[in-house]
Amino acid sequence: MPAVQLRNISKSYGNLRALDSISFDVRRGEIFGLIGPDGAGKTTLFRILTTLLLADNGEAAVDGLDVVKDYRAIRNRIGYMPGKFSLYPDLTVEENLKFFATVFHTTVEANYDLVREIYQQIEPFRKRRAGKLSGGMKQKLALSCALIHKPSILFLDEPTTGVDPVSRKEFWGILRHLKEQGITILVSTPYMDEATRCDRIALIREGKLLQIDTPRRMTEQFTESLWGVRSNRMYPLLTDLRAYPEVKTCFTFGEFHHITVKADFAEEKLERYLQERGHREIMLRTLVPTIEDYYMQIAQTDTL
Amino acid sequence: MREAVIYTEKLTKRFGDFTAVDHISFEVGAGEIFGFLGANGAGKTTAMRILCGLSRPTSGKGTVAGFDIYRQSEEIKKHIGYMSQKFSLYEDLKVWENMRLFGGIYGMSSRQIGEKTETILKELGFADERNTMVRKLPLGWKQKLAFSVSIFHEPKIVFLDEPTGGVDPVTRRQFWELIYQAANRGITVFVTTHYMDEAEYCGRISIMVDGRIEALDSPAALRQQFRAANMEDVFQQLARKAVRKVD
Repeated sequence: MPAVQLRNISKSYGNLRALDSISFDVRRGEIFGLIGPDGAGKTTLFRILTTLLLADNGEAAVDGLDVVKDYRAIRNRIGYMPGKFSLYPDLTVEENLKFFATVFHTTVEANYDLVREIYQQIEPFRKRRAGKLSGGMKQKLALSCALIHKPSILFLDEPTTGVDPVSRKEFWGILRHLKEQGITILVSTPYMDEATRCDRIALIREGKLLQIDTPRRMTEQFTESLWGVRSNRMYPLLTDLRAYPEVKTCFTFGEFHHITVKADFAEEKLERYLQERGHREIMLRTLVPTIEDYYMQIAQTDTL
Repeated sequence: MREAVIYTEKLTKRFGDFTAVDHISFEVGAGEIFGFLGANGAGKTTAMRILCGLSRPTSGKGTVAGFDIYRQSEEIKKHIGYMSQKFSLYEDLKVWENMRLFGGIYGMSSRQIGEKTETILKELGFADERNTMVRKLPLGWKQKLAFSVSIFHEPKIVFLDEPTGGVDPVTRRQFWELIYQAANRGITVFVTTHYMDEAEYCGRISIMVDGRIEALDSPAALRQQFRAANMEDVFQQLARKAVRKVD
């Protein structure tokens, strides 16, 4: 039995179709990533699966239980960390944790092993009110509170948004350890580089499921010939590359611009062309596509 | 060095016995894209608030757009632009009304506002959306519009606080192209981001650790200095040294 099952789930808010017939399974014990920008429908999906919102159409089951009929049972088995900070700001760190344990008829001591790694980092501030914590510490407390009743499935809605790269890396390390203890994790993120840390990912955009697979198999589906180009003048380079007939797409990508090219593309010819346009220190290399390249290939820009 | 649009010397801010910003000294030149990086709690926001004229430093010197940060904070506010992911535009106003409002606040004449509105709508390809409520725009459009509004009054410098968080990859890139254009026109861009690929788009980067600037150079020079394959690696090496946990 999969940990999570969705069959043709749809949800609209007025004219806005937030989710459009979404179907997929999350396997037991995997880290499953929902990857997509703001407005993709990630939060709506989380709220339906955590029994906080009713879908207009379709069926969904969590831990084999129906999200409508069995909502009470589901709530005891899942942990949910919403995107917005949702602990009690007037309670201290330690009071919040104790409160969540009590609500689920357990104690902090009974399940301390599960949260130890995370909670130890905020323990020096256990007497501080939750509202006075920094962003990173709030995130750790929220995760501790979502875990304290030993859920079998964890729902994390954008836990790393706005978090710096070091804390993000740390956080993914923690998720790995939770997975090793048998917890299934459904996590959403707008950061494409985090996709590779998941066992499987679903790319979603404007309520539609674009693709679902392992990160590796997904990038293998990138069919274009991908090159990286740089020179001493990166901004004019963009315009010049886009004007070049054999270049299909050209995007900035940090140190190099990424281009996809037509079949008759010749490296030396492009280099000569760029030299004629006044570029120096030109570097051209073939690239292995990332999830971000793939996402941009299949997604269009925002449209009204 | 080109004319310094930001200049600081041993700038420091203490809250009680906590030193949020600890003797930072740097200059940013006209038309430069300057990346201001650091982990959460490193002191970026405090430093940025001082540079925007919103907070007085405890000690040290500094000027922004030629104005003194102690005595001329009101002048500073008039000559800078600011945009963050959290606050940018008024959702309940139409596209053109937002421009009218910001132009008015910065003391532009009705004619100037009218002309500038047309230019920006055309540049962004938003001409058909002038009467659309901002809340109806997709996030990526909002962010692009917000950036254009933040430099509506042609400030000398614009401060961008994590402008692209959560934005889809394609729009994120279009946004950076707008930044390039502004810098080409001579507007200095001071930007914070948690996307390390975006750090590469900056001419120079500073990385703050525990209130101090621990590294400051071009991305290429920093990669070389730290023998790192990319900026992510440079950042990880530096930020992991942080000892303070509070932010």
